[in-house]
Amino acid sequence: MFRTLRPAAQAEAVTITYEGRPLSVPQGISIAAALLGAGEMVCKSMPTSGADRAPYCLMGACFDCQVLVDEQPTPVQACLTPVRPGLAVRRVPRPTPVPEGVAHD
Amino acid sequence: MTSAPDLAIVGAGPAGLAAAIEGARLGLAVALYDEQPEPGGQIFRAAESVAAGKGAPLAAFGADYAEGPQLVARFRASPAAAGYMPRTTIWLLDRQRTLGHVQDGKARMLRPKRVLIATGAQERPVPLPGWTTPGVMTVGAAQGLMKSAGQVPEPPFALCGSGPLLYQFAAQLVAAGERRFTVLDTTPKGRWARALPFLPGALRDTDLLLKGLGLMQKVRMAGVPVLRHVRDVAVHGNGRVEHVTFRHGNHLGELPVQLLLLHQGVVPNVSLSLSVPLRHVWDAAQRCFRPALDAWGNSDVAGIAVAGDGGGIGGWQAATAQGELAALEAAHALGRIERAERDRQAAPIRARLKTALAARGLIDTLYAPPPLAALADATIVCRCEEVTAGQVRAAIAMGDTNPNAVKSRTRAGMGPCQGRMCGLTVSELVAHARGLPPDAAGTYRLRPPIKPLPVAVLADLDTSAVEEEEDAT
Amino acid sequence: MSMPPNSADAGTGSGTGSATGPDVIVIGGGLHGCSAAFHIASAGRKVLLLERDVIARHASSASAGGVRRLFRHPAEIPLTMASLELWHAMKDMLGDTGDFRPTGQLRVAETEEEMARLEARVKLTRSMGYDHEVLVDRKRMFEIAPALGPQCLGAIHVERDGYAFPYKSTLAFRNAAAKLGADIREGVGVRGIVRDGGRWKVDTNAGEFAAPVLVNAAGAWGARIAEMVGERVPLKALALMMMVSARMPHFLDPTVGTLGRQMSFKQMQSGAVVVGGGHRGTPDLDTGITQLDFRKLKTSADTIGGVFPIMRKAEIVRAWAGIEGCTPDDIPYIGPSRTHDGLYHSFGFCGHGFQLGPIVGSITAELITKGRTNLPIEPFRIDRFGPDPDAVSWEASRAA
Ligand SMILES: Cc1cc2nc3c(=O)[nH]c(=O)nc-3n(C[C@H](O)[C@H](O)[C@H](O)COP(=O)(O)OP(=O)(O)OC[C@H]3O[C@@H](n4cnc5c(N)ncnc54)[C@H](O)[C@@H]3O)c2cc1C
Ligand SMILES: Cc1cc2nc3c(=O)[nH]c(=O)nc-3n(C[C@H](O)[C@H](O)[C@H](O)COP(=O)(O)OP(=O)(O)OC[C@H]3O[C@@H](n4cnc5c(N)ncnc54)[C@H](O)[C@@H]3O)c2cc1C
Repeated sequence: MFRTLRPAAQAEAVTITYEGRPLSVPQGISIAAALLGAGEMVCKSMPTSGADRAPYCLMGACFDCQVLVDEQPTPVQACLTPVRPGLAVRRVPRPTPVPEGVAHD
Repeated sequence: MTSAPDLAIVGAGPAGLAAAIEGARLGLAVALYDEQPEPGGQIFRAAESVAAGKGAPLAAFGADYAEGPQLVARFRASPAAAGYMPRTTIWLLDRQRTLGHVQDGKARMLRPKRVLIATGAQERPVPLPGWTTPGVMTVGAAQGLMKSAGQVPEPPFALCGSGPLLYQFAAQLVAAGERRFTVLDTTPKGRWARALPFLPGALRDTDLLLKGLGLMQKVRMAGVPVLRHVRDVAVHGNGRVEHVTFRHGNHLGELPVQLLLLHQGVVPNVSLSLSVPLRHVWDAAQRCFRPALDAWGNSDVAGIAVAGDGGGIGGWQAATAQGELAALEAAHALGRIERAERDRQAAPIRARLKTALAARGLIDTLYAPPPLAALADATIVCRCEEVTAGQVRAAIAMGDTNPNAVKSRTRAGMGPCQGRMCGLTVSELVAHARGLPPDAAGTYRLRPPIKPLPVAVLADLDTSAVEEEEDAT
Repeated sequence: MSMPPNSADAGTGSGTGSATGPDVIVIGGGLHGCSAAFHIASAGRKVLLLERDVIARHASSASAGGVRRLFRHPAEIPLTMASLELWHAMKDMLGDTGDFRPTGQLRVAETEEEMARLEARVKLTRSMGYDHEVLVDRKRMFEIAPALGPQCLGAIHVERDGYAFPYKSTLAFRNAAAKLGADIREGVGVRGIVRDGGRWKVDTNAGEFAAPVLVNAAGAWGARIAEMVGERVPLKALALMMMVSARMPHFLDPTVGTLGRQMSFKQMQSGAVVVGGGHRGTPDLDTGITQLDFRKLKTSADTIGGVFPIMRKAEIVRAWAGIEGCTPDDIPYIGPSRTHDGLYHSFGFCGHGFQLGPIVGSITAELITKGRTNLPIEPFRIDRFGPDPDAVSWEASRAA
């Protein structure tokens, strides 16, 4: 997806996990940058269609880069959250839909 | 900061930084909040890190960006730096100036004496078929990655759209050694002719104009294919972008890409100002809503002002001038300087502002967004709730007369982004369908929290500063 | 953006005394105005509805949409019974269900003392001859709503109640009325009313309109309209606040309230959870703008996390408030004016008028076309507080 211009000059790497897989990423960048740099894009499954969604605006506006981190129950914006050693990043799953209403015609 | 600040500034871009420096110089206790980890705003994103050699080479970003580290350094040296809160999101501002912020999962409320909204711009979302496919991003997004993480896209990729940022980023890529991409310029034919009457104004800032033309040249000279007057862009791919199709002249083009970067100019980020609510007006030239402001940036609500792109797009130099003017006004309103002194100090700043704004007419005309009437029914308008243009049109046909009605029926604008991605589109679709100007059609009524707040964080909200203030009065 | 009167839509006045003018002018385009317009038009009368802002701009879209007979004021019970049947018949009546979902209503006790109050309540309604409220024990309660916190002891359950989508319900009435020929105008605000012979002359920003009959369905502004014709009544405007979560996995069917704490709670079809409970912000009747009070929403957040532990993992995406008119005895004004012929009131629904929308419009239509209704509306008389609204005690009222 993206390559780092001056890898050698980077600050030291940290290890995070994405969907359980370890990724070595530069210290100090955002989760979104880390994922894109590692060729991973998908952050969440959309509640409506179930389609995969990846970062779009990277400036905190679109919320397409929402991911779950560690044991936190609510998602964070990956573009505004820095990586730290050991961080566990997971996709936001599609919520189980509410059954069709008891429709009365 | 325990006691309420004199001046609370939302956004540490050029406008907010200039206001903070100026406010502190005038003796105000300043607080400056920004959700980004570093000061600088959109244009000067990660300016300190880049200057410190941590990201991409500084030289790649051009002369403008080089001003960033200087502005940030001036801020760091100012007493205002003591009130800087990075990684802090403002989720609430009301007409009593109650300000809510959240940092590291802790939310607080306070009531500053004055508030300056300097929330800047966001890229205009322009829906096109397939734009929610993973691998479609904005030009600003990729530019931000280059600034903050020293990352550049890997081929094959393309830049697509219209507006100054398109060629600016293309030139930055070239300067960083990346030429293996295509520019799909969607600026329609004949735009220059329409923009020409604005030239005399723009010539007052020949600098800026030449800069723009120079960028285009630079990209072409580097051998980057530039296709002009491209139309009907559509993204294809199963689960991720595989290729993009478009019309170029008389033929259908197709380009394999793994990344497509879109851009169609920038619009004010009005989430916070609409949620207050401040009074807004429709800016026909820039095709966006912006808060109604006086010459000092004051809104219709006492003690709340707006500076920078958040009050209407003017670019970073205009933003710094507006930030300084707002600081002068705050100092005057809080009794620190006399009116005459305020006006005297404002005069040279106003001259700078005028120069900075001289090219706007040209840019706005040249890069005006495409009319939305042509938007295909199947195209997604609201990214969060995946609501299509056809569903919005159907809602209008069912009697929904305004954007809030469409929102109620279709859930467009109800997802986590709160209409940041679809607000303008839905306003324009309603306006078009009803034959009204967009201000008569209206816009979403936004409400705090302007960004989602976990229930646990809200339940633990610290309201003590506001209680104390109310007890004292 | 504060909504200026949208004069582009207004058209011009119909001209006083014109033979083609409306039979009835309805003031207010909320659920009650739209329901009245529908029922009056169904009875063959020519209706003109004037809405200052846009249809369903205020209480009728801000509403939690609870269709609830549970725990009603005794005076309202007969009306809610009749209204529920109309909710179940929405599709036949309007061609549109308003997204009504009859998933039941539950009122939960968290302490022994609250449990005793629930028992007393059911006794009361039984003694009045109603059996819709059913006391359920802890086991049955958890079958109905497994996500409730372990401290919950039992509940009153009402089947066939539920919730609807407030905006869609209001539009359903609006569209059905328009189909029957009602003339519905947005952006037309009433500024003054005079009685001229047998006609009402209604002055608006879009000119003058006239009709022999007038319906006041102006919600929290209803007392202002009444005052224009010299009928002064006590009414307080409240800004009732709501919050909504991001979409969540399905965990709840019925609408749940608690007896001890301020909370109304439901999971919508979308998965989003809508939370209310009567927490108040600040209304401004002149601009229609409301201001939220997050000190109270903080309490609300704490409550929902306590009643439904799963909510501690939720996030709030939006909050809002709607302006509602409240009376000193917490029941609305319904029925004819006591000072003028040809004027009917239907306003001040005290935070629970959504359920009543379908039936009250029908009552108003009956009063206009037949001069009577079979439903007991005496308790809702407009003059029940006497001639001096300032002398009325609000102490017993929830609006106090
Ligand atoms: C993605 C993007 C890239 C751009 N790149 C360039 C460029 O390279 N060159 C150029 O000339 N112009 C660029 N522009 C235009 C440029 O943004 C402006 O001209 C200039 O930066 C405006 O300055 P400002 O201070 O008004 O706002 P901005 O620089 O946009 O700063 C606003 C700041 O407010 C913060 N903020 C917003 N809302 C909140 C909130 N609720 N809580 C906390 N913080 C908040 C943001 O994080 C941001 O840092 C870009 C615009 C965008 C949107
Ligand atoms: C947050 C909230 C939650 C609620 N939850 C529930 C619930 O769960 N269950 C339940 O049964 N009820 C509930 N209610 C109450 C219910 O929503 C209201 O009682 C009902 O919607 C009132 O409808 P209305 O038509 O009287 O008022 P409104 O919908 O407010 O309509 C009145 C209209 O009159 C217009 N108007 C005013 N003055 C003029 C003028 N001079 N000229 C022209 N037009 C004018 C206004 O613009 C407005 O649109 C709730 C209310 C709120 C605010």
